[in-house]
Amino acid sequence: MLVSGIKSRPVYGTLTPRAGAAEHLFVADADGALAILDLARNAPAGFFGHAHIIYVPLDRDHSAALKSLAPSMFYVGPTIAAALPRLTQSLANATMGTQLYLAGTEGLIGQAMRLALEAGVDHLSIQTEHRGSEARRVQCVHCKGITENVRTQPAKCSHCGLTLLVRDHYSRRIAAFQGVCIDAEEPGVVPATEEAFP
Amino acid sequence: MSDKTPKIAVRVSEIAPVTAEVKRFRFEPVDGAPLPTFSGGAHVVVEMQDGETLRRNPYSLMSPPRQTSSYTISVRRDEAGRGGSLFLHNRLQLGDVLKISHPVNLFPIDQRAKKHLLFAGGIGITPFMAMMAQLTDENRAFELHYAMRSADHGAYREHLAERYGQRLSVYRDDKGEAIALSRLLARQPLGTHLYVCGPAGMINWVLTTARSLGWPEQNLHHERFLAPASGKPYPVTLTQAGKTVEVGPHQSMLEAIEAAGVDAPYLCRGGACGQCETRVISCQGTLLHNDHYLSPAEKASGQKVMPCVSRFEGASLVLDL
Repeated sequence: MLVSGIKSRPVYGTLTPRAGAAEHLFVADADGALAILDLARNAPAGFFGHAHIIYVPLDRDHSAALKSLAPSMFYVGPTIAAALPRLTQSLANATMGTQLYLAGTEGLIGQAMRLALEAGVDHLSIQTEHRGSEARRVQCVHCKGITENVRTQPAKCSHCGLTLLVRDHYSRRIAAFQGVCIDAEEPGVVPATEEAFP
Repeated sequence: MSDKTPKIAVRVSEIAPVTAEVKRFRFEPVDGAPLPTFSGGAHVVVEMQDGETLRRNPYSLMSPPRQTSSYTISVRRDEAGRGGSLFLHNRLQLGDVLKISHPVNLFPIDQRAKKHLLFAGGIGITPFMAMMAQLTDENRAFELHYAMRSADHGAYREHLAERYGQRLSVYRDDKGEAIALSRLLARQPLGTHLYVCGPAGMINWVLTTARSLGWPEQNLHHERFLAPASGKPYPVTLTQAGKTVEVGPHQSMLEAIEAAGVDAPYLCRGGACGQCETRVISCQGTLLHNDHYLSPAEKASGQKVMPCVSRFEGASLVLDL
């Protein structure tokens, strides 16, 4: 059902310490913490003395392990929505030479990246690592409503109720995959729902 | 193929000395029609019929980008150069008609930036004259750091000081002044983009320092036009045209190919844009790559060459042209 080879589908990498950067700003959720802990094994001495970690545990809490890295600033938030204003503030105060690292779910990476783009950071200069759930943040292209944590294909729009084909077509500006009505030509004729994004 | 946009016929309407080495030239369209608007950082290729030789050299536009009645360029006289600047300084007269290309921009402003940090060395000031007019019109944050040998060598220093005030910092070599680069780069707000134009040593210093301080590649911009190097003469065989062309000691491969009536691709003619990239069919000898477009690996492979600035030494060179 998915059209493959769509260029806007984000590609993630592996976090590595950026040599020369004066400050290191991390945003992670759930198992994204493990990407930071892996990076820590290759980090030079004193690295976390210039690091700020913004962490949202969700259902997988690694905050004790992150705290043991002794970052110069450490924030644990209850939800992504609660943590994002802190990121906005940090970006507003940051100088060039600050490396941004995003790790965890695609929803977290995408929403943090959107704020970084608004702060004038090019997406190619941001390090990302996908860890944990593949659940998607989906925008219904019809009503423009965003549905979080979409795990199935097709999926129901939580705003207008249409049955959506979740595409690989991704918007960095909106930080969401695009969902398109799957039964527009024959309403009610929809394929069986499968778990596509565990 | 080569730049197919029509050439624009222009008349020289002003030749003004700026410093002992720099002159400003104003070009007005012969037909009176408005010239194309452009964006700060753009250049035009100026065609000069210098006796038997047709010269085509790129020069940055320095006039305000929205000004369509005329374009201006500033040219430093290079006694040791191949002759383009000497032609403009010594031979070009008021009222002469030249042909110029449409503007091309290989050094544009990044519109996403929160702040623009400009570094000029000597005659490298010219693209920034247009850029700053645009940045001012658009009410964007910028600073210019302008290094020069002495006050007498600083083209437009007084004009810039008057117009841009606190946004201009001048550094004079003769007074031992230098840009406190590391300190300056370390205190820039996130989202700052850096632009540098000047001597190769200055460009390398600015870019290397920024990278070492964690600046990402996406925020670094530079412009460096290379003049084609001189060297020993050599023959080049063009398979599609079925011709063998002799490249003279002070001629570029591209100029020799054009002189033989073969329409080869080009845009910047300065080793920067990549338009003239040509496939090497066979090469017995050494390609002297002078461009900064091909990667080190591509240069080492010997399968591609940029005829606008690169040369060859050896027995035979065959190109897919």
